[in-house]
Amino acid sequence: MKLSVQEEPFFPDGKIGHFSNQNQETGAIVTFLGKVRSDPENPLEYMLIEHYPGMTEKAIEKIMGEAVKRWNLIDCLVIHRYGKLTPSEDIVLVATSSKHRREAFEAADYLMDFLKSRAPFWKKEVTQRGESWVESKEIDEVALDRWK
Amino acid sequence: MTVRVLYFSWLRERIGVPSESIETNAVRVNDLLDELREKGERYKLAFTQTSSICVAIDQELGDMDSDITKAEEIAFFPPMTGG
Repeated sequence: MKLSVQEEPFFPDGKIGHFSNQNQETGAIVTFLGKVRSDPENPLEYMLIEHYPGMTEKAIEKIMGEAVKRWNLIDCLVIHRYGKLTPSEDIVLVATSSKHRREAFEAADYLMDFLKSRAPFWKKEVTQRGESWVESKEIDEVALDRWK
Repeated sequence: MTVRVLYFSWLRERIGVPSESIETNAVRVNDLLDELREKGERYKLAFTQTSSICVAIDQELGDMDSDITKAEEIAFFPPMTGG
């Protein structure tokens, strides 16, 4: 299990390559890359991601531990950035590995659902029209119910 | 007792500081919120509606009824938007 909460950019290819180098029991690796998105109608200049140092790491480690246990993962990786990010930069990388694909797919989905609304990050979007905090979505809360 | 109180996102902006030390005898989070609202208009405005505010006690999510008599660090923030 490896977690990094960092301000600096990361190189997904290198991280995924390193993560893929696993023992011979691994039969499946799933990766998810989340990126800063801009809306052509109201182009994003940049995004500011604030977090709660200390709690962020604890909260994500707990989520990762639960995923490993529930899907009997061989390994998992989370990299999440904070600070100032511009459109098309990478925000988050999640990777999971297991013997069979189903477990790795579901665990990656679970990790992202919980990172969305149970890890202490807050996003502010800055566009030409001004700045605003991204509001949490009802759909993200509903998504958690799937895992009960 | 003295607790460190932290604010994030628009709560931090509305209150104007990221954290502060507060002298309190509050038993529950709600009691602390009442005390904070007494501190001035900015606090009153920030904590008008607490249904959409989350709280963490010593970096663990709690709720407005959580016991804080042994807490060292209490954080208030809007719903999280990670990922």
